[in-house]
Amino acid sequence: MNDSNNSALVEFRDVSYSVPALPAPILSDLDLTVQRGETLVLLGESGCGKTTTLKLINRLYLSSSGQVLVEGKSTTDWDPIALRRRTGYVIQDAGLFPHFTVADNVGLVPSLDGWEEAKINDRVRELLNLVGLDPVKYAERYPRELSGGQRQRVGVARALAAEPPLLLLDEPFGALDPLTRASLQRQFVDLTKRLGKTAIFVTHDLREALRLGSRIGLMHAGRLVLLETPENFLKSDEEHARAYLETLKLQVDDEAGGSK
Amino acid sequence: MSFWNFLQQNWVEMLTLVRQHLSLVLISTAIAVVIGIPTGILLSRNKALRNPVLGIANVMQTIPSLALFGFLIPLPFIGGIGATTAIVALVVYALLPIIRNTVTGILGVDHNVREAAVAMGMTDGQILRQVELPLALSVILTGVRVAMVISVGVTTIAAAVGAGGLGVYIFRGLRQYDNNLLLAGAVPAALMALAADFSLGLLEKRFSVEGKVEKRRGGLGSKVAIAVLVLLVLLGAYGTWRARARGTASATAQRVVVASKDFTESILLAEIVAQSLESRGVVVERQYELGGNLPQDALVAGRIDLYPEYTGTAYTAILRHPPITDPRAVYDQVKREYAEKFNVEVSAPLGFENTFAILVRGADARKLRLKTISDAVPHARSWRAGFGQDFMTRADGYPGFSRAYGLKFADQPREMDLSLTYIALASNKVDLIAGNSTEGRIAALDFVQLEDDRRYFPPYEAVYLVRQDSLNRVPALREVLSKLANAITTDEMRKLNYEVDANKKAPVEVVREWIKQKGF
Repeated sequence: MNDSNNSALVEFRDVSYSVPALPAPILSDLDLTVQRGETLVLLGESGCGKTTTLKLINRLYLSSSGQVLVEGKSTTDWDPIALRRRTGYVIQDAGLFPHFTVADNVGLVPSLDGWEEAKINDRVRELLNLVGLDPVKYAERYPRELSGGQRQRVGVARALAAEPPLLLLDEPFGALDPLTRASLQRQFVDLTKRLGKTAIFVTHDLREALRLGSRIGLMHAGRLVLLETPENFLKSDEEHARAYLETLKLQVDDEAGGSK
Repeated sequence: MSFWNFLQQNWVEMLTLVRQHLSLVLISTAIAVVIGIPTGILLSRNKALRNPVLGIANVMQTIPSLALFGFLIPLPFIGGIGATTAIVALVVYALLPIIRNTVTGILGVDHNVREAAVAMGMTDGQILRQVELPLALSVILTGVRVAMVISVGVTTIAAAVGAGGLGVYIFRGLRQYDNNLLLAGAVPAALMALAADFSLGLLEKRFSVEGKVEKRRGGLGSKVAIAVLVLLVLLGAYGTWRARARGTASATAQRVVVASKDFTESILLAEIVAQSLESRGVVVERQYELGGNLPQDALVAGRIDLYPEYTGTAYTAILRHPPITDPRAVYDQVKREYAEKFNVEVSAPLGFENTFAILVRGADARKLRLKTISDAVPHARSWRAGFGQDFMTRADGYPGFSRAYGLKFADQPREMDLSLTYIALASNKVDLIAGNSTEGRIAALDFVQLEDDRRYFPPYEAVYLVRQDSLNRVPALREVLSKLANAITTDEMRKLNYEVDANKKAPVEVVREWIKQKGF
């Protein structure tokens, strides 16, 4: 996968999305290319269209105009089931099936794809180890018997199970305490590097964006207003980017003030 | 007789009724599950259909059960007298909770979980089978539980259409003022409802997400629940099998279906015909204790061949003529119209009348010197009255009666079950009732019948109503009916009623003795 690093995995061509109930489009004229192997972070406030962008990729939504291409093929030409099985999806609170054990949750897509049981079991064990959960201890637990951080790890393991080339993550660490969050972020960076996965990561947290992204796409009111590497993002003069950077400064000041 | 003695003597019959009851409940609930859950699934996916279908199910559940049985009797295939009709009605009542809970359960699945399922690439069928149904299962089971408990209750009314079950004891107990019978019917029914509630409740917990965690820790509850359910199902299956085995045995020979209304006298009169036919080699199927207008509907629909009726009832309640007092005119008119309208023949009168008897307590009658209804009019203003549903509504009942005598009571008369009015009068809950003149308990409870001095009530001569085609098919029928013409006096009828109602003898025995005595 490394040698195709520079080719586009996901492409948005002039994509808009609107629903009849709302007067303004949720997403307007989006042009965006996501390269293989990169982690693109979509940053923005609630309602800016970042989650919508994500859902257009695995065809949970269909665009009102324009084209979304995955692996060079328009999502409308993909069989939605096949497309989604090649796309790992992680959401806030993990969205684990409460009536499945951890092992069943992680092994879901492989079993849908008809893997043999022994192979699924191996894969589940491998993935739980990968996300830092001891399989012996956790495989047979139900989600309600896990902490929030553990559930989120299981969510990531489930998304990775069938080795999808693409991962979509919608504020996966949003509901976690700061320490667990930082630990999961470090692990995530590790994982994507090691596995060479392409990831599109939605967050409203600038620090998280800076920590994880190889590029940051800043969205505002349904438009992509800035697309830069973390270094350039910090230097940007774009007004919404500045507003975000201000909050960062305030936080640092607060923390400095608190330590005096 | 103590309840314990009663049980010792009747436990075989009681077990049969329990088995019938159980098989009605289980079969109807099973059918309702098979129809209701797929319907619920469909509605969870089709928003446009959801409210109309739930609305219809809702309305169906508000139909009074006896009325529903009445609608069903004339229908082909699903109607008739007996278990089929009862099961159809029970299914109708059980559907709503099952459909509604299936819809609620599926729509109640966490939005995040459903979205995750879609995003994992599950097909609609996989989402339904692996995610929605398992997560909705405990809610669906709640629906089944509610349906089953409702069924146990409604099944007691199924006795009114000859489907058997514990309602037979309850109706009989009310009629005969017999607490043992009431208890023998009500207690097992209540226990059955509790058992269904308890075992399905355990299953529900077992299939909830919490239950899954419990189970892995080795929970005992689910084992108990499954054991109780399996036991219920086996009992029900056995009951059904027994019923079938019996049903086929008698399907061959020349058969007459004899029916009765749901009071002792009607049962006795039907039994007289039944035994007379049997002694002439005809196979008789008994469909006794049919409630409300069911015997008439069933006769016209050809589900039964014969039942005892009263000319005045036929004249006013069925043919809807205003009441008149000439017995001859009433009989002739009824005979002519039944032949024309229903192809039903009216037998010769049996020799006694069962008219409405306006009854007061003997103590009141003696103290106030009451002989006639007119004597009672001045006192009525401080009295309360209780009447059967029948009397309250029919043309020759309360409205015309109170007008004819200028009667006014302290309150609007209480409307209650006819057999309960006797109890209410005896226990001073009401002061005047309209009973039957041949009621055996009149003397036993020290009631006094007030004379109808204005000749308000039309004549109620006892007759048999028989389908003409039955008479042609079974010649012995005509012979039996002509033997019974003018064969029973009012006094005799009262005695027969008393034997059953007060002395608690079985109608079969009472009739057997009477036939022997009469030398038929």
